[in-house]
Amino acid sequence: MTQAPRILPAGDQAILLELGAEIDPAINRRVHAWVRRAGHQKIPGIGELIPSYCSVLIYYDPFLLSFSQAAQWVQSLLADEAVGDEVPFVLKEVPVLYGGEFGPDLQFVAQHNTISPEEVIRLHTSQTYLVYVVGFSPGFSAMGVVPPEIQAPRLANPRTKVPAGSVGIGGKQTGIYAVESPGGWQLIGRTPLLLFDLEKDPPSFFQAGDHCRFYAITEREFWDWGKK
Amino acid sequence: MIEVIKPGLLTTIQDQGRWGYQCYGVGISGALDSFALAAANRLVGNAEGAAGLEITLQGPTLKFHRETILALAGADLGPKLNGNPISHWTCHWAPEGSILSFSGRKSGVRAYLAVSGGIDVPLVMGSRSTYLMGRFGGMEGRPLRTADRLPIPKPKANHRESIGRELPAEYRPPYGRNPEIRVIRGPFEEFFSDRGITAFYSTEYSITPQSDRMGYRLEGEPVSRKKSEELITCGLAQGTIQVPPNGQPIVLLADRQTIGGYPIIATAAHVDLPLIAQCAPGEKLRFRPVLPEEAQDAYRSLWSGLRSFLKD
Repeated sequence: MTQAPRILPAGDQAILLELGAEIDPAINRRVHAWVRRAGHQKIPGIGELIPSYCSVLIYYDPFLLSFSQAAQWVQSLLADEAVGDEVPFVLKEVPVLYGGEFGPDLQFVAQHNTISPEEVIRLHTSQTYLVYVVGFSPGFSAMGVVPPEIQAPRLANPRTKVPAGSVGIGGKQTGIYAVESPGGWQLIGRTPLLLFDLEKDPPSFFQAGDHCRFYAITEREFWDWGKK
Repeated sequence: MIEVIKPGLLTTIQDQGRWGYQCYGVGISGALDSFALAAANRLVGNAEGAAGLEITLQGPTLKFHRETILALAGADLGPKLNGNPISHWTCHWAPEGSILSFSGRKSGVRAYLAVSGGIDVPLVMGSRSTYLMGRFGGMEGRPLRTADRLPIPKPKANHRESIGRELPAEYRPPYGRNPEIRVIRGPFEEFFSDRGITAFYSTEYSITPQSDRMGYRLEGEPVSRKKSEELITCGLAQGTIQVPPNGQPIVLLADRQTIGGYPIIATAAHVDLPLIAQCAPGEKLRFRPVLPEEAQDAYRSLWSGLRSFLKD
């Protein structure tokens, strides 16, 4: 689990910092802590940082930095790891209408685990999840770890269109499709929240490293959402 | 204003990309051949980042309702101004009422049109690029359609001084069919067998028809795996060459996803991305490994050449 960090060229204008090789909240927190430290420094030539589950992709400008200079900077921020500037705990709550036409796979997730749909909802709303990564499509947020009793495999044939706001389970992860896109997760409900908004900066409701808690709402609350 | 009389096969508004939002899942978009767009912009006196049109294979017919100067770079799709063929990589004057049309493809895939001041659609997250998957940016996030009207600013008072400027061939990328592409090995070469790695560097890969702005899907000797474990999804750099389980590489380009989970055999050098962008299905790519430093030297040399020949 604690593999030594690797700093690798990802082409001639990016570096991949790999902090582990599995989906694990502890490794993922190190990713967010590294990105936070890096974000505090304004280094000319360092561009976007793209955190993922256990790695960060770091863009740099070859007119300003050589590969070894950029790699050295990436390395230098690892050396500070012991200082332990923790990422602040940000909790965002997400209302979900579970089941019915908005959660077409709730029954499957229940049957797969031989529990009732109500129990799936109770377990899904019973804990706080860490948002590992935002990506694949605009605002898509993948989080974990899903309780073992409600884990379910991805669809063998992904849907070509998953509506915006759909809440799904994929293996040990749960997540939300912020915009309509193709997708292979088991859909158990939908949120009325707008999770990707071009008018806002940042446009995404979730940022990697946030925490999320789901709560169940009624169909009436779903349709009235935002009218108040 | 530019009026779209005929839209062409796939014509989109692009600039140098929407950087800064990949951590929210927003792809960078932008010109696939960013050098050609930058060159066309410089020829008309624009900043490299001004928005132009990316014109794919079959060009549109456009009417200029305002006097401007324009330049085309990248693919040669047979441009004609008011019925007369015009040269590529050259700045031309287009009086009010001019019609730009295209007679047919001679070389390359993507031509870039720059006009004085750039195409003035609203910025979305700092960019005017069309993000087809996200359906925003450019012209409502979609390719141009008949009767679209593209706002362009009034040209600068001294704009006619640029007319006739040309970027000589020695300053352009060495475009051609079946190019050799420099790549940087990895970052996940350890997933592949020796045989797979040897195949990747010693044989040619054909570009399949399933190739677009997201990526070029290639076909050739399978790049076979050694490790069967899955790669944990990571950020994807421009030019990432990932290999799905069927062993057939995919070169990821401007409209790629921000993150992905197929093992990455190599990453194309930025200096050679224009060569890929101008290759059509059926043409072939070969890959040669270089160190990042060598690729960066070549990149700096290409872009410095452009910037010194066509100064701000």
